[in-house]
Amino acid sequence: MTLDLLVFAQAGGQEAVDKFANATSSGIALGAIYALLALGLVLIYKATQVLNFAHGALAALGAFFAAYLATVINFPGRYATFLPTTAQWILSALVAVLITAAVGLVLERLAIRPMIGEPLFSVVMITIALDIVIRTITDDLIGTNPRPLGDPWGADVVNIGPAIVAKSEIATVVVTIICLIGIALFFRSRYGVAMRATAFDQEAAMAQGISAGRIFALAWAIGAGLAAAAGIFSSLFPRSSIGVSNTTAFFAFRALPAIVIGGLDSVTGAVVGGFIVGLAESYAGAYLVGPSWSFLGLGFAGVMPYLVMLVVLLVRPYGLFGTEEIRRV
Amino acid sequence: MRTRPRLYVSYSSEMALLPTWTQKIAALVFLGILVLLPFGVIPGLGFLADNDWLKILSRVSLFAIGALGLHILSGLAGQVSLGHAFFVGIGAYTAAILGGEVGKGTWGLGLPMWIWLPAAGIVAALIGALIAPTAVRVRGIYLAIVTLGLVFIGEWIFRSLPFITGGAQAGRKFPRFEFRFWKEEVPAVDFTSDGPWFGVQLTSEAKTYFLLLAFVIIAVIIAKNLQRTRVGRAFMSIRDRDIAAEVMGVAEAKNKLLAFALSSAFAGLTGALLGAFVGRLVPEGFSLFMSIQFIAILLIGGIGTVTGTLLGSMFVIVLPRVVADLTGLLASTAESGSGFFAAIAGFFVSTAEGDPGIVSTLPGTSPGLNIAQFNLLLYGLLLIGFLIFEPLGLYGIWIRIRNYWKSWPFTY
Repeated sequence: MTLDLLVFAQAGGQEAVDKFANATSSGIALGAIYALLALGLVLIYKATQVLNFAHGALAALGAFFAAYLATVINFPGRYATFLPTTAQWILSALVAVLITAAVGLVLERLAIRPMIGEPLFSVVMITIALDIVIRTITDDLIGTNPRPLGDPWGADVVNIGPAIVAKSEIATVVVTIICLIGIALFFRSRYGVAMRATAFDQEAAMAQGISAGRIFALAWAIGAGLAAAAGIFSSLFPRSSIGVSNTTAFFAFRALPAIVIGGLDSVTGAVVGGFIVGLAESYAGAYLVGPSWSFLGLGFAGVMPYLVMLVVLLVRPYGLFGTEEIRRV
Repeated sequence: MRTRPRLYVSYSSEMALLPTWTQKIAALVFLGILVLLPFGVIPGLGFLADNDWLKILSRVSLFAIGALGLHILSGLAGQVSLGHAFFVGIGAYTAAILGGEVGKGTWGLGLPMWIWLPAAGIVAALIGALIAPTAVRVRGIYLAIVTLGLVFIGEWIFRSLPFITGGAQAGRKFPRFEFRFWKEEVPAVDFTSDGPWFGVQLTSEAKTYFLLLAFVIIAVIIAKNLQRTRVGRAFMSIRDRDIAAEVMGVAEAKNKLLAFALSSAFAGLTGALLGAFVGRLVPEGFSLFMSIQFIAILLIGGIGTVTGTLLGSMFVIVLPRVVADLTGLLASTAESGSGFFAAIAGFFVSTAEGDPGIVSTLPGTSPGLNIAQFNLLLYGLLLIGFLIFEPLGLYGIWIRIRNYWKSWPFTY
């Protein structure tokens, strides 16, 4: 941050203000996507103690469903032609999210449930194996060429103050806020309380009549749905000009630093971490380029999240908001 | 008088590398088969003397060395690492700088093999020791993510150093398998050209196979012996219960650092050998997928056992070839014949546009998966299957078979 401000102060003038505003706004939009991904990861981790490395694959799968529903078969828009195209697209995206959530349910049942209580190494590996399987199938479904999502916003932009913001970015932030409020409300609901209880003490929760299995399934469904939403937004302009492709899945690996920064078991941390990572990546992409930074090579912005993560971990090994593990003999 | 089986009367006999006669004989027979393989004299395994297969078997040796390194870190010391590919890359590029020739914009000192090979291991071990203090601070799932970050950061570093790595997508040439005393014109031992050794005509593939076989045997002996030493026992105590180990006087940080360094050294050697074996590598090769391959070797073989690691290396490296062959066979069955088998094959394989099937022999992706994708899918499904149904991997299957026959004809 200090580096950015330094550059900002040196350059001065309107141009620098515009650059900073653009980097910030796109960082916030990017951070919103990471926050969505991180939220799903943390939900799943809290409920089942499983870190889902297949999150990126689920995101890409969700984006593919959205692309297929919206551009190929126009479902459910074909039955609701009276609606404006924007509403039709949103419906398609919603259906895609629901389908992905169902996929999450199935995955939990088939692959994760049998692994409860297994050593960490095996649990990590099974989600990686799931990632391989889902990604291969998704790649095949997508085909050789990227699929555009046919969203109503396209490459439209609006001016907010000095910043030029894409309409899809605004949609991203709005959806993220809705999801955050939704999750916050969910935690106050009957099932949300049950999930918190299960995360806190599984045996005590079961003794109170909470079905732990149902909570696991619910967490995976919500997590997968959030991943799909993130996948959809990461396939829109300006994140991707071509739509969902076989590289979409890798995008989600950068949400892992976000949850580590925030602390693996903290929902607040996931959101904060997501925005930190998004802003760091965006600023790195905006400022650490050009001839004087050429020694950094290509794609430095992409590793920025990991570098931030390493710095945070050196200071706080359990992230900013994570609970410190109490080690007992 | 015959003694009771598995009765050990001294500590040293119980701790022996091969404690029983059955194991001694089995190891000897296995070794004999491996040595005789390239001559094609073993009935039933003659096809393995083919140069194609020798290359695959050499690759098995290569990956076994790296997997033994990960076995030390994850199997013995219990630290989850997704960053093994990074250390493989470090080793490969150390070898490239020291042993490689000066290429188009790339450095290379052209030093002989006896320098670049150990150096690759040492440099990788040093980098591993350098990173270990950060890795020791975090545990469990945090460590998995940190080491994952290491792979991505490493890939970026490799891409950003074109004078060492040749740059993204381009890659560089690596040193060859040639033994020189110094930079003389004709190497003392050349593994890269056909020719006679002790009067036996050998192809370059067979020579490389023997070289890598020798390395993997050394690696196995080191890894196997490590388990019997103070250090190895310290690793295992940290894996089983870190606090209890500390209470008993095992220095956790020091031993974890040692585990990282040792495992990185094995990875570095694999990298150097891989570079020489393949000849040209792009920096993108040292990706998360390579790390996953090493972990898959451990898990499919059976984590925590040297035998399992070797079995896993064979399985994981040979599998793609078997799948490719099998798909080819299915495709030819589906195309040529008619009848029951052709119908089954036709169900699985799509050979023409519009023909539904799981695998497609056509280029491109539709209608079915192409062979590479099918390989990947099968790989993932196998991993899931092993993890759920046989957590001890191939080694676990062997143990069950052995126990069944031990007590045969009684069930237990």
